[in-house]
Amino acid sequence: MGSAALPANAEGDAARGAQSHAARCGGCHSVEADRIGPRHAGVFGRRAGSVAGFDYSPALAASRFVWDARTLESWLSDPESLVPGQRMGYRLSDPAARADVIAYLATLDSRATEAAPSYSASSR
Amino acid sequence: MNNPSAPLARRLFLSRTSQLTLSATAVGLLAGTGGIAHAQSSMSASADVAILNVALGLEHEAINAYQLGAGSGLLQKPVLDVAVSFQSHHKAHRDALFATIEKLGGKPVMEKKLDDYAMALNAASLKNQADVLMLAAKLELGATNAYLGVIPSFKDTKLAQVAARLAADETMHYTVLTSALGQSLPAMALSFGA
Repeated sequence: MGSAALPANAEGDAARGAQSHAARCGGCHSVEADRIGPRHAGVFGRRAGSVAGFDYSPALAASRFVWDARTLESWLSDPESLVPGQRMGYRLSDPAARADVIAYLATLDSRATEAAPSYSASSR
Repeated sequence: MNNPSAPLARRLFLSRTSQLTLSATAVGLLAGTGGIAHAQSSMSASADVAILNVALGLEHEAINAYQLGAGSGLLQKPVLDVAVSFQSHHKAHRDALFATIEKLGGKPVMEKKLDDYAMALNAASLKNQADVLMLAAKLELGATNAYLGVIPSFKDTKLAQVAARLAADETMHYTVLTSALGQSLPAMALSFGA
């Protein structure tokens, strides 16, 4: 994984992040279900590539880091730089939206369920 | 929301265009051009195949989501016809992605069972037409942003352009669905893909 200094995301707004999560991550991810991507409930503090039964890329399955604000910031900025050989490829290019999404993900414990946001194209 | 039978929505649903030609066009875009497969190194092709396979998984899910909606008995004409039309677009996307992945030497990800998609999408919670349209709008918006978000990661710019064209289809679906739900247009420009 990359070692560049990464900003923590203390400035994100979790409520706005819920909307951004639905709009930007919802094509592939749900909070409580594995779909094209793994579930996001409990992602903070979870080892990357460790949701039981999910078919990860070998690269992510072999990784040893834990999802936190720093690793998620790096992943969402450019996943291939963090984990060469990963499959996601998706980049969330807006730093403010990344901070919001990360703040929202931090609120999701392992029992979290999907919020019911209005599916507007953008929350910012 | 919430007036799925609003006159504007009916006009939008009834004004379908070019749906019968999309499949051939999309397939030609992706699979019919020799340049894509031959221009890439194996390493960059592998990276692109990984992204394309995620996209293929997304298209499998979209096809099954519309199947769940169409089979639910909750959709009335002309909404049902439009849902079937949108599903046909996703089938065209699937076919094009599948062919391209194979052309690049990859192994296309396979479709799951309908019941698996029903569980993952919580289809049991759908109680009326508006619920189905909301789910479809959510998935189409997510697909739009997913395609836009992978564009910078493609090694082959032809594939990046294809992703943009797929995103345009998904945006069209999303716009029609949200209009049918009576939702307002985005207040600001550049609301997708940031």
